[in-house]
Amino acid sequence: MSILLEKNKKVLIQGITGREGRARTKLMLDIGTKVVAGVTPGQGGVEVLGVPVYDTVTEAVIINGSIDVTVVFVPAPLVKNAVIEAFASGIKLAVIVPDRVPVYDVMAISRAAEKYGAWFTGPNTLGIMSPGIGILGMIGGNAASVRKWFKSGPVGITSRSGGLTTSTAYYLNKAGIGQSTIVHVGGDSLIGLPHPEIVKLFQEDEDTKLIVLLGEIGGSQEEEVAELLASGKVTKPIVAYVGGRGAKEGTQFSHAGAIIEGNRGTYQGKVDSLRAAGAVVVDDISEIAGEVKKILDKLRIPYVR
Amino acid sequence: MSKLFEYQGKKLLAEGGFKIPRSIIIKSVNDADTAFKEIGTGVLKAQVFTTGRAALGLVKFPESLEELKIFIKDMLKQRINGYKIESLLYEEKLSIKQEFFAGITLASGKSAPTLVFSSKGGSGIEDIVSKYPDSVFYLDINPDQIPLAFELIPLLKETGISGKALNLLSSSLIYLIKTAVKNEAKSLEINPLVLTDNGKIIAADCHITVDDYAVFRHPEFDIEIARELGHPPTELEKIAWTVEKDDYRGTFYFIQLEDSFDCGEGVLGFHGAGGGGSMMSMDALQKFGYRVANFCDTSGNPPASKIYRAAKIILSQKNIDGYFGSGSGVASQEQFYSARGIVKALREINPVLPVVFRLGGNGEEKAIKILENYTSDLNCTVRCYGKDTSVTECAGEMDRLINEEKLAKRSIRSIKMNRNPISDYSFKTVTNGTVGFNYALCINCNSKICISECQSGILEEKNSVPVLNITKEEAAKGRCTECLACEVECLALGNGGGRIDLPVTGLEEEDIL
Repeated sequence: MSILLEKNKKVLIQGITGREGRARTKLMLDIGTKVVAGVTPGQGGVEVLGVPVYDTVTEAVIINGSIDVTVVFVPAPLVKNAVIEAFASGIKLAVIVPDRVPVYDVMAISRAAEKYGAWFTGPNTLGIMSPGIGILGMIGGNAASVRKWFKSGPVGITSRSGGLTTSTAYYLNKAGIGQSTIVHVGGDSLIGLPHPEIVKLFQEDEDTKLIVLLGEIGGSQEEEVAELLASGKVTKPIVAYVGGRGAKEGTQFSHAGAIIEGNRGTYQGKVDSLRAAGAVVVDDISEIAGEVKKILDKLRIPYVR
Repeated sequence: MSKLFEYQGKKLLAEGGFKIPRSIIIKSVNDADTAFKEIGTGVLKAQVFTTGRAALGLVKFPESLEELKIFIKDMLKQRINGYKIESLLYEEKLSIKQEFFAGITLASGKSAPTLVFSSKGGSGIEDIVSKYPDSVFYLDINPDQIPLAFELIPLLKETGISGKALNLLSSSLIYLIKTAVKNEAKSLEINPLVLTDNGKIIAADCHITVDDYAVFRHPEFDIEIARELGHPPTELEKIAWTVEKDDYRGTFYFIQLEDSFDCGEGVLGFHGAGGGGSMMSMDALQKFGYRVANFCDTSGNPPASKIYRAAKIILSQKNIDGYFGSGSGVASQEQFYSARGIVKALREINPVLPVVFRLGGNGEEKAIKILENYTSDLNCTVRCYGKDTSVTECAGEMDRLINEEKLAKRSIRSIKMNRNPISDYSFKTVTNGTVGFNYALCINCNSKICISECQSGILEEKNSVPVLNITKEEAAKGRCTECLACEVECLALGNGGGRIDLPVTGLEEEDIL
């Protein structure tokens, strides 16, 4: 098993006719993701790489039956409309790739998700990959590389940096260790499924035996994971890296922000709380594979599946 | 995060129904007479993005017109955090009975703005709040369903507010919420919010931070660069912003971190890809004792032309000792496009400095070949690595090359540039570039590499020369993705007949030609 992306999930691409939509659809098809339809308002009736394109999500759902996931490539100002349309048509998971989506729009998406009982990752995400099953988004770039670089295995990766998501997975594979699912949660301050939510999903997933957490300064996602670990809600081992140690201190928070956040968000605060909760925190990303190996060996868990 | 000046913020509050002091904006001492006539003896406040203005002497209470003029002249001379003070706000003096704090903030990870109110306001608000937690209430706001005033009254009562102020404050806070939502504020604070002796609730100060990603919907904010720079934008940052603004494909961040340094100080031009990978790469350079002149991030699959423009901007920084680039190491985007952009910039500038890039990820073998082979005749030593070489090793190589460069007595070579006139066939690109061919050269070219390497396949061979297989209008609308093959690959593997000119608005022309 894996999280968020399992075999035979039916996938829609919103913005399929654009530059990015077209290129990433090719990647997803080549790797075996079940892309059944695309939507670009005004371009209904054409095909992109053999995938039928519709004017609305509702039309796509009527003709193809219910769809599980939408991967969104429309320009940032149109994202809110596209995602809420997908939720209203019964799609329960949206992967929102674009960068620069206004935060009030993300809040509106968040309220819609709650209303329709749906989930989303991103915005500003490379997406999700479950090696051997498929990709939602653009992780890996092309299918030949993906097959070469990533294998199925016991490690779940959740990351706030797109680049580190792929490189950490690559270096783990180079060390012979495969992954269950790789999630780039998204780089923005407000995202649909932050680290703690992904970590909870990994906890429930029986094929994930160890979690790699790639954090960053700012916000409180890493502290919340530490709380899950400390309270026993998450029991799987966690190996973590927190980026931004060298970044200049003194980011200007507002007074009201500072009143609410306290000292959350600092490099040291995150590292300390994760360590206190029992996570292994490395100083350098290159140490991750070694630490993962140690734990897997100790628990006698095979590196790949 | 873009900040608005106090006077801009107050204007937005007033539009939302909030009461603000009578005021006049002063841009020069010539405005003093009108201001004094309208306001009388009031308070003069410099419009700057800083807190604690009073302590800096930027809040003054002139007793006369003459004094007002003196204060105006004095303030308009000053710079705060690098920003020249350009405007002042002259306001009526308020007779304050009581001070409060009110703000809206987007706490990280929360999917709703939070209203924060404290019945004790004024300076040192964070301390006041931790000392008197009972004086504060928090309320999450649904922007689709803004609360009504009566809903706030019980919350206000719990903070110790009573009597007529309950009514006044509850309706004022609603105006505050509406203003924040309408303007997509990430933070909006009024401190102090005052109750005057004659029973009015007035915003005595106002700080608004708006969402950079939403600035496009708010031209009225008059924001030049919707990005947190921490200093007034430099000329180069303005040039870079124009490149970013005019090309939606991929992301290009550029921030200058060092403005005056000499050759030999160990300050490098930095070209990162992706936020996390860039941070990691800068940390690696730091370990070897280097500083970066700038932060740059080109990511999200930008076209080769954007990489080229970024490289030109980075390399235009005087006195850098090297040009270093790296991302996370395993990029999903095809790295050879980046390589072409860097090659084109290096060939045009032909700088005397070491260049080290880590272009790991898809297409890296091709990227390394392009970057190293197509620059072998230049003044600079160029090294390029892939995903299996760590960023620390790359930083080490940069260190070695810089030390070597110091010892070398290098004679500057000039190189053959691909600057044949575009005489025979040309078309425009989506960012106002021009692709052109010199058919006298093309006709003798056996490779026709421009056609086979064209990313979008829009060229074909007709009468032994390349032409578009789509209309020029389609090419200009973006079908030409500016992959740079028709120049960079042509120069290396063809006959040098192809060329693409990509203007970087604001960079000196002599740099380009």
